[in-house]
Amino acid sequence: MLNHADILSTLDMIDHQHLDIRTVTMGISLLDCADSDIDRCAEKIYTKITTKAAKLVETAEAIETEFGIPIVNKRISVTPISLVAAACAAVDYTPIAKALDRAAKTCGVNFIGGFSALVQKGFTESDRKLIKSIPAALATTDFLCSSVNVASTKAGINMDAVKLMGQIIRETAEITKDNDGMGCAKLVVFANAVEDNPFMAGAFHGVGEPECVINVGVSGPGVVYHALQDCKGAPFDVVAATIKKTAFKITRMGQLVAQEASKRLGVPFGIVDLSLAPTPAKGDSVARILEEMGLEVCGTHGTTAALALLNDAVKKGGVMASNHVGGLSGAFIPVSEDEGMIEAAKSGALHLDKLEAMTCVCSVGLDMIAVPGDTPAETLSAIIADEAAIGMINQKTTAVRIIPAIGKKIGDSLEFGGLLGSAPIMPVHRFSSKAFIDRGGRIPAPLNSLKN
Amino acid sequence: MRAIVTVTGKDRKGIIADVCRVLADKDINVLDISQTVMQDFFTMIMLIDTEDCALSFAELGAHLTEKGKALGLEIRIQREDIFNAMHKI
Repeated sequence: MLNHADILSTLDMIDHQHLDIRTVTMGISLLDCADSDIDRCAEKIYTKITTKAAKLVETAEAIETEFGIPIVNKRISVTPISLVAAACAAVDYTPIAKALDRAAKTCGVNFIGGFSALVQKGFTESDRKLIKSIPAALATTDFLCSSVNVASTKAGINMDAVKLMGQIIRETAEITKDNDGMGCAKLVVFANAVEDNPFMAGAFHGVGEPECVINVGVSGPGVVYHALQDCKGAPFDVVAATIKKTAFKITRMGQLVAQEASKRLGVPFGIVDLSLAPTPAKGDSVARILEEMGLEVCGTHGTTAALALLNDAVKKGGVMASNHVGGLSGAFIPVSEDEGMIEAAKSGALHLDKLEAMTCVCSVGLDMIAVPGDTPAETLSAIIADEAAIGMINQKTTAVRIIPAIGKKIGDSLEFGGLLGSAPIMPVHRFSSKAFIDRGGRIPAPLNSLKN
Repeated sequence: MRAIVTVTGKDRKGIIADVCRVLADKDINVLDISQTVMQDFFTMIMLIDTEDCALSFAELGAHLTEKGKALGLEIRIQREDIFNAMHKI
């Protein structure tokens, strides 16, 4: 028989510490949907997704009921659309965006990712068409997410793409300004994007992936925070060990759900993503974990070290608990989606520069950050370039999901609601990066030895 | 299928008898029971076997919740696997 206290501790984690499965994401290859006619291509895409994922939501809900563990999101990721649509003669890919959105609605999922292009080394014609379609695609859909990979450790940084994405982000913010720039909350610019990420907005189904796959993202900042409350004042060895044990338990649950979903859907299990994903709910914050380690407010000196420990301990604990670990796997620090980060940013303790430093030691990057509406496209591009450089040099994934708050200024905030939360507008440097961004070209791939 | 039933509520006489009757009515076998009372608060954990139960897992869960309400208790059921996964290597 199981230990009485163990059972009650699991129930306590679910009831009071926000333990949940953050997402069960089905990856679907759309490579066989290519067609020279964009409407036929869109129809094939719709049919394939709604066939493959027909039972995704009901299966996940049955698992929720039987195991008594909430599965917050059911999602779909697809092959980067710039590849699928490459055969289409059309210039505008919005019809495909709409077909993806319609498929997501039919399946009952809350996001579909993969309106994406991988341009770390250069653009194909299709990549350009896709990127140009992003603002309209995000403005005319509800559940579609888009991502563009502009850099990698192997290829360097495509600065032409970095420049273009600054403009695309601004355009998306303008076109969705009545919705608080919601389009930008569904658009990520990556360096070293991974092919099996189950989390949005950056999920896509990479070309090295099977026909169809189930990836699971676990969560549990609240559980880690709660566990650390029992080791107040203890040395960091104890803190790290406590986080590892907690991450192990959380991940085992993720592994179980992933295996069960895979079995019932008849789809191979891909990976468990070990990320600690916060929500705007009180008690489900990564920032509060860092503060529990002894920082007065997240963002003060010591924050990067605290986050480094947290991120590493989560991986060490989680990796033994799952047969296959992948995706982004680390702690997320999305400002608008984390109650503690929102407070820290509002109080002026957390700045963009500190967030940038934090992204050196965790996944994934400058995430869900609102900046003043008059921030020039070149400044957005320069922020992307800095993040991409961190990812490229450190051989890790980094990303930028930034929202220029059109017509708003510092002191205001954007309200997205739900898991996307609320974003206080944060200051950016006022000095120009225009001449830097206007150069274009590529920043060469870095040396991988002589590391210092 | 083996499952864990957790019962919580204010302590009184006959809780175990009441819950066991509800389970027996649905052809459910109780394999193990662990129970404690802390400051008037009753907590019971039962390991059960649902093999002969005609209800689906979701139906059984709803039935137990409803019966629990009538008895002034919170009764929930979860498959045993989740606890094994989290607490056993």
